[in-house]
Amino acid sequence: MQNNIFKINETEYILPGSRACQGCGLTLAYRYMLKALRENTVLTIPASCLCVLHGLYPITPVTVPCLNTTFASTAASASGIAAGLAAMNKSDITVVAMAGDGSTYDMGIQALSGAAERNTDFIYVCYDNEGYMNTGTQRSSATPMGALTSTTPILTKEHTKKDFVRIMEAHELPYLATTSPSYPIDLYDKFVKAKRIKGTRYMHIYSPCPPGWLFNTKDTIRIGQLAVETGIVVLFEIEDGKFRFTGRSKTLAERGKRQPVVNYVSRQGRFRRMSIEQLNRLQAWVDSRWADYLDRAES
Amino acid sequence: MEQKSLKKDRNVSALCVPAKGEAGRTGDWRDLKPVIDHTKCIPSVKNRPACYLCWLYCPEGVVKMTIPVEIDMDYCKGCGICAEECPPNAIRMVREGESDG
Amino acid sequence: MADVRILTGNEAAAMGVKLCRPGVVAAYPITPQSQLAEILSRYVEGGEMRAEYVRVEGEHSALTVCISASTVGARTFTATSSNGLLYMHEQLHWAAGSRLPVVMCVVNRGVGAPWSIFNDQQDSLAQRDTGWIQFYCRNNQEIIDTLIQAYRIAESLYIPVMVCYDGFVLSHTMMPVDIPDGDMVRGFLPPYKAHTILSPEAPRTINSVLFPWRRPDPEGVLRDGYMEMRYKLEAAMKKALPAIQEANDDFARIFGRDHGGLIWTYRSEGAELLFSGIGSIANEATVAADLLRDEGIPAGVLGVRVYRPFPRQRVIEATQGARAVMVLQKGTSYGYEGCLTSDFKASLYESTLRVPVVDVVAGLGGRDVKAREIADAGKRAWKELEEGKLKTHSLWLNCYTGEDDAE
Repeated sequence: MQNNIFKINETEYILPGSRACQGCGLTLAYRYMLKALRENTVLTIPASCLCVLHGLYPITPVTVPCLNTTFASTAASASGIAAGLAAMNKSDITVVAMAGDGSTYDMGIQALSGAAERNTDFIYVCYDNEGYMNTGTQRSSATPMGALTSTTPILTKEHTKKDFVRIMEAHELPYLATTSPSYPIDLYDKFVKAKRIKGTRYMHIYSPCPPGWLFNTKDTIRIGQLAVETGIVVLFEIEDGKFRFTGRSKTLAERGKRQPVVNYVSRQGRFRRMSIEQLNRLQAWVDSRWADYLDRAES
Repeated sequence: MEQKSLKKDRNVSALCVPAKGEAGRTGDWRDLKPVIDHTKCIPSVKNRPACYLCWLYCPEGVVKMTIPVEIDMDYCKGCGICAEECPPNAIRMVREGESDG
Repeated sequence: MADVRILTGNEAAAMGVKLCRPGVVAAYPITPQSQLAEILSRYVEGGEMRAEYVRVEGEHSALTVCISASTVGARTFTATSSNGLLYMHEQLHWAAGSRLPVVMCVVNRGVGAPWSIFNDQQDSLAQRDTGWIQFYCRNNQEIIDTLIQAYRIAESLYIPVMVCYDGFVLSHTMMPVDIPDGDMVRGFLPPYKAHTILSPEAPRTINSVLFPWRRPDPEGVLRDGYMEMRYKLEAAMKKALPAIQEANDDFARIFGRDHGGLIWTYRSEGAELLFSGIGSIANEATVAADLLRDEGIPAGVLGVRVYRPFPRQRVIEATQGARAVMVLQKGTSYGYEGCLTSDFKASLYESTLRVPVVDVVAGLGGRDVKAREIADAGKRAWKELEEGKLKTHSLWLNCYTGEDDAE
């Protein structure tokens, strides 16, 4: 860690005084993503927490060019930027679409699938805070089972979290990776790598959200670490179909023992009504998926 | 600023320019502020660049990789992550308005 | 030297697009637009046209691609019909509010439910509030000529433009079309200069939230609230009226064909029964006017070429001397009356003219509209007018409504 921290690009691309919440996981992840991608980048974003972070007219805290678009259309907007830049002979600029889980898993899935199928030359980043947080923490298909949200306020979310990385894998992309702001250097390295690859790259950021998940703002890093320690979040990359654990998940796969999921769940107010059945189901799902990943890493 | 002395907006669409303080002086959001004990802070103790996990984990990027470590209190939102993650516990979160001692 | 070919409306549109040299084309097939999208892909794959062709997965994405490509500075084109246009509705508002010069062909087709694949104008009429300029073409020559003019108008005012033409009636019907010379088109169309900046050299965030009120920025500029920014679009629409006329007149001078500009008229001298309409139905009305004139009824036609911005003044001027107006459109605003009828009447209200205006809803879902039917309706209306009992609302032309059934 001591050596690695100093290799990071020191430039800050998000000027202080943004509208994001205290302790926001997205802000931290975005900070490292932009450090990795640097100046020669154009972003497009939908209505989202990120849109609010990007500020209200006439000021933005972000020093990288960005185009706002509608909720359903992030990946299509990126397709248009990529096509427009190609038409203007400026294809060396990195095109990035960045949207939350709401805009990725739900309304934006069509445009994303279309853009990926066309192998559009862009990086699609989903920051997954497991709900429609910007509009007041309503559920999305990325919300885990058993979580309380403002639209599952009493009975908790019935259905399991959609495995979106698997959906994107089905598009045969050159590069996919999962990341977490609790492991900023792993995140940074993956974006540096992604920038050099051509075609559609999919990056998933597990973004802890204090107001949405109901934990103290000081615990953002800890919650993200517990997600990885329990195996709920697995840090990996898939390059040309080859699966590889990275960072802390790699260490866990090689010689560690995962913590039980209850250690993660019990720290967050959104899971206070989770039933024993739901908890057991979650543990079983995490165990089964971990075993699958171990198999994949082996071969 | 008096409205009459201000220039007209010639933009035909909403083009936002990068600047600090988009949400104002976000230091005003704080209930708790970070206070660093430089006798414990590793870069100060070793007198060379080291640790800087506070810089690493600050979502706002308001921690400076200096010796001694400095935090931009105009914009620090007081989330408490730096204090929570500091390995030698050199950072305490103190209520705004109370003395740093 | 003329290059006249027999082309369908879709072929003429494709030819027009090729002459205008867009950098990015995005389209999703839908009847009766599909052939236009296909021909463009043949041009691109065959090397006749150099453009990035994005084979999007839906119409909402088609217009989105044009919006963001236009933002980075590329000239763009898309086309659709009917439910495809409805699907991209949200993005129509977005393109206009973004002040981007996207040009789109709408091949007019009735909307579901129930399904129709045949022609009517409900699809584009229902978009009149979005802030797009709307042209309605009478014939295939007008399609190719209007497309060329559309890019000049769009890119000088930063307003998106819809070029509408009737599905099947024009899109699939062959007519002689004189193809303009490529070099002359290039002279007529200066290169597109984007007002948007989306470049690492000058980082901006575009189209964030605007406050309800104006706010000063750190440099002493009083930045617009939402309403001011939107007013700028309206102000540009006002400028579009003379700009459209000028583009038409310039085109007429250079290429030798004058489509009227904002409106066109046929035998309107001394016309006391005035038909008005948009698109091919107005063309059909000219034949009806001839038939009526032969029978001694002084009929004429006021064709509305540009529906938005609405040519108020021209409409008032051309209606002088009319004793009754029959407005023909292939669509309606349910619960009230035809869109063109309302807009026509509202224009007259600002003058001293008080002419009865008959609302005629015709041709929905591809119902054939024959000149003879228009003429007969005109004859009936004329008789009612002479008897002092002209019925103005609403005539659903050649449609069984059950109103005339015996109890």
